[in-house]
Parts: sequence; structure tokens; C-alpha cells
Amino acid sequence: MTTLTTNYLTPTGREEAWRFTPLKRLGGMHDGTAIVADRHSLALNSASVPGVSFALLSAMDNAPISESDDVIVARIRDFAKEVAVLTIAANTEVAEPILLKRTPGALDSAEFSRVLIRVENHARATVIIENTGDTHLAEDLEISVGSGASLTLVSLQEWGSKSIHAGRQHAVVERDATFKSIVVTIGGSLVRLLPTVEFAAPGASCELLGVYFATSGQFFEHRMFVDHKVPNAKSRVNYKGALAGDQAHTVWIGDVFIRAAAEGTDTYELNRNLLLSDGARADSVPNLEIETGEIVGAGHASTTGRFDDEQLFYLMSRGINLADARRLVVRGFFNEIITEIGDEVIQTRLMDRIDDELAKAGA
Amino acid sequence: MSTLEIRGLKVSVDTENGAVEILKGVDLTIKSGETHAIMGPNGSGKSTLAYSIAGHPKYNITGGTVTLDGADVLEMTVDERAKAGLFLAMQYPVEVPGVSVSNFLRTAVTALRGEAPKLRTWVGEVKGAMEALSMDPSFAQRNVNEGFSGGEKKRHEIMQLELLKPKIAILDETDSGLDVDALRIVSEGVNRAKESNNIGVVLITHYTRILRYIKPDFVHVFANGKIVEEGGPELADKLEANGYAEYVTA
Ligand SMILES: Nc1ncnc2c1ncn2[C@@H]1O[C@H](COP(=O)(O)OP(=O)(O)O)[C@@H](O)[C@H]1O
Ligand SMILES: [Mg+2]
Repeated sequence: MTTLTTNYLTPTGREEAWRFTPLKRLGGMHDGTAIVADRHSLALNSASVPGVSFALLSAMDNAPISESDDVIVARIRDFAKEVAVLTIAANTEVAEPILLKRTPGALDSAEFSRVLIRVENHARATVIIENTGDTHLAEDLEISVGSGASLTLVSLQEWGSKSIHAGRQHAVVERDATFKSIVVTIGGSLVRLLPTVEFAAPGASCELLGVYFATSGQFFEHRMFVDHKVPNAKSRVNYKGALAGDQAHTVWIGDVFIRAAAEGTDTYELNRNLLLSDGARADSVPNLEIETGEIVGAGHASTTGRFDDEQLFYLMSRGINLADARRLVVRGFFNEIITEIGDEVIQTRLMDRIDDELAKAGA
Repeated sequence: MSTLEIRGLKVSVDTENGAVEILKGVDLTIKSGETHAIMGPNGSGKSTLAYSIAGHPKYNITGGTVTLDGADVLEMTVDERAKAGLFLAMQYPVEVPGVSVSNFLRTAVTALRGEAPKLRTWVGEVKGAMEALSMDPSFAQRNVNEGFSGGEKKRHEIMQLELLKPKIAILDETDSGLDVDALRIVSEGVNRAKESNNIGVVLITHYTRILRYIKPDFVHVFANGKIVEEGGPELADKLEANGYAEYVTA
């Protein structure tokens, strides 16, 4: 763990990790000025099933399972006396998704929340976290996926327009385990998420998928880090973003580190952005660091484009008006990832919200 | 009874070296139930004519008029032209990622009819149109033109012709890239759509072989941005024998 005081770690904005983030809009969560409330907003929102438990436990008995140099994570760990722990017992196969929901928070204070999702050996589950309403939230979410286990984690940022959310979602993936993460960020004033993965043993794999849609004034940052430190692990990253309206700003950073020991690594990351109007800005920085040549494959791609005139023309030539044609193209763009959620009700709700945002932005 | 009237149509495209004129004054009148073949060498401007009528933003109209039953087509947006009754089967249909054929067709027919079709009859209509063109039912769930073979793209265009029921249809090289069986199936689709809805058809083609299946009433030879000769079906036989040499060297 870090021995630096949190004060020393206060970012200035010149650090690589913070160079895109408008620090002034973080609600003081990074520099110790936020008023931290004693809030525990995360609740289980689905029927209890055998082998699955959710409880608020002592932080002392549930130490962090990973190291982090993120200043907000360090502050959360300093503060949090309790941890919300979701455990899926070994060998349990949970058929229905486990729903976690954050109850409404507040804007005059921040919640510093530690969460631990433990998927024990050979268990299988889907966990969906729904974030709605307005709040200030700093979140240290850790996930352990045990040997041979499989977890799909869906994290939905459907925040109201004033929310500030700075979160790290760190998965430690054990031998032959699979971790799939689907991050959807379509609401909030500022959302900064760090979906990070650490392969703890060979044979592990992860798939990090995400969509984000920022409209006027919204800042959404997604900063992956996949740490290939063991042999024969596989990672896939695919994030798609759309931006509409003045001052909409998104940041996607894809850091993949293939250490010397990580022979047989197979990794590919992709980020696509669709700029729907002038005045929006999409930063996209894939970054592959490779310490061994003995790998299966490593690649990345990043594209940022506008509406394809040929697509719009084709749709309109069949009688579809411009607004509907754009809506179809945007829905189609996100469809590939949204359908991965596998829940029709949620997918429809997200697509409707995307339609609404698009209509509001007048793009 | 509908009439598409093209008078003195001039069209240019913007290039690095400025505007280049491609259509140099095209006159053509198409009435419901008629089939017009437009034949000409590659690069003569046939697709430019088709796209200009459909309203593709790349083409600048520099002169002339296009009217459908007296209404000014050139003033209409692309979707308004379709709603007025124009249809273009494209030479190179465009991929639309993530949008299923079924969603696309439902959205289009809703726009054209002004209301959503009754689900049950619509599902039947689509199924019937797909069967008639020997298309697998799974086709409806695929994304528009994504990963379609050349033949599948053309069938998909003609399926739309059958479902969307335009007044005037322009088919741009619908025959290219089709093997003999596919050419017959697609041609039968065109003939079916034409007969059941009395569509006026403009058949743009480079080769005469599709004219064995779709009989033209009029044949227009297109070269260097305009119509250079007109006649009946016998003109196609002459082109079959002599090619376009006499028109391009002129
Ligand atoms: N964007 C463009 N820039 C320059 N030339 C173009 C452009 N688009 C079309 N052309 C030219 O216009 C001519 C007509 O093209 P087209 O209408 O596609 O012919 P056809 O369909 O008869 O083969 C060709 O010579 C082509 O090179
Ligand atoms: Mg052509």
C-alpha cells in the first residue's frame, strides 16, 4: 500500500493520469475539500438467492485486495470504515442477474464508498449496478474472480445531470477465470471511471466493453488499465462513444501493459468515437507497453468520425427523415455493445435514454 | 398515373480541381407502367443521373428541372423524394452497422405510409417478399448490407422495391454481380413489383442480358453525360452486336 499521505497526492492536473480531467468539477473529492457524508447508498435490489450474500462489513476485516496509486481511491480507503461486500459462494451458478442499486444521494456532500464483489472459485454470475439520480460519489469497487469462475459486471451510469462520479473498478482475475465488464455512461455532470484488470494467474481472460454518450457540458472519462503480468491471459477492450453539443468532452485511455513474464498474451483494444456536432471533443489514447515478444497478439485501434453521409443518404432514400436516420445510425453504433447486456428491459431503457439525449442535443 | 419528367438536367461534382460537369443536359420522361432501359459505357454518368434524382448531397444541380406529377423534385429533401414515390435501387448499397434489416424496413415503411403497419400483416408481407426472392428468413435479423454478398445486396434492394411500392423506380446496375439464377430471381421480383403496382421503371445497365428478363419499352443510349440515341427494344439488339464504340469515339 502507498505510504504517501493523501495530502501529498493531491493532483495538480499536470500528472499524466489527471491531465484531461477538469479538477475543479470533482467536487473536492480529489483534494480533501469535499464534505464526506456517512452514506451507504448501495443496496441489493433483486431477490435473495442461495449462495449469494450482500452485507456491509467492517473495513478492518476486509482489506483492499489491490494496490492503487489513485488519489481518490487512497482517500476512500482512509475514510471508509465499512465495505459493501457481495459474495457469490464457490460453485454457485446464479441464473438471474444480481441487481445492485444506489439509492438517491445528495449534492452537498460526497459518499466515499468501498465495494467488494467476491466471485469464489467456479461460481458464475451476472451483476448489474444501477446508478441513477443525483449524487457525489467516490467509489473504490474491487472485484475478485476466483479460479474457473465467471463474472459479467454491468455498470450503468444513468445519473441525473448534476452527479459527480469518480470510480475505480478493479478486477483481480484468477486462473482460467473470465471477467466481462460492460460500462454504460450516459448521465452525470462528470464521470471518471477506471476499469482496470490484473491477471493473477495464467488462463484468465477479460473483456472490457463500454459505451458513453456525452452531450453539452458533460465530461466522461474512461481510463482502462489491463495488467498482463502472467503468461497466457487474454484481454479484449471495445469502447464506443458518441458526443453531441457544445463542450461535450470524453476521454478514453487504454493502457495495456504486457510484462516480461506475460508470454502468450493475446490482447486487442478498440475505441470508436462518433462526433455528432461541432464543439464536442473526444480524446482517445490507446497505449500498449510490451516487455516480451513471445505473445499471441497485441493490437489497438482508435477512430473518431462524424455521421457517414452515405449511411444517412441510404436511409433517407427510403423515406426516413434526417432525425430518424441519425437516431438509427446512433442506435446501430451502440447496438453491438448494448445487446451484450442481455436484458431486454434494460437495453430498451438505455436506448430510449440515448434517443432522448440525442433529441435534446438537437444533433 | 404518374410522370417523372427530366428536362435539360445538368449536374456537376466538386473535385480537387474545381467543379466538373458530368451530366450535360438530360431529357427523359417516364410514365407509370413503362420500362426504360438506359444503357451506356462505364463512366458515362448513369449513376450520376440516378443519384441526382434521388438527391445525393454530392451532386450539384447546375441546370434543368426534375418534376414528379408536376411537383419540383429538386426542391425536396431526400426523404421527401421517397415519400413522393421515387425509389433508387443502388449500384452499391450502403452498410448500416447495428441496424437490422427488419428494423430498417419497419422504419422505412412507417415513414412512407405515415403510420406503423399492423404488425401481423407486415410480418407476413416481409416473409412473403423474402420467400419470393429466395432469401433465408435469418436475413431479417442481419444488419443492413453488412457482410452481404453482392447478390444478397441486390436482392435486398429489390425486396425493398416490392415492399415500399414506389411510383417510379430507378434500378442502377441491379444486374451487375449476379449469376444467372440470381439474375432471373431478381428480374422476376422487378416484374412482379412493376405489375402489381404499375411502377414506372428506369433500368440502368451496362449489359443487355437483363433485358432478356425485363422487357424494355424504350432504350436510351447514354454517353458522355447525355442521351445520344433513343429507340425501342431493337436498339438493345444493335448495342449487343456493336457495343458502344460508335458513341464514345464520337
Ligand atoms: N466525386 C467525383 N469526383 C470526380 N469525378 C467524379 C466524381 N464522381 C463521379 N465522377 C465522374 O463522373 C463520371 C460519371 O460517373 P458515374 O455516374 O458513376 O458513371 P456510370 O454510372 O455511368 O459508370 C465518371 O467519369 C466519374 O469518374
Ligand atoms: Mg454506375
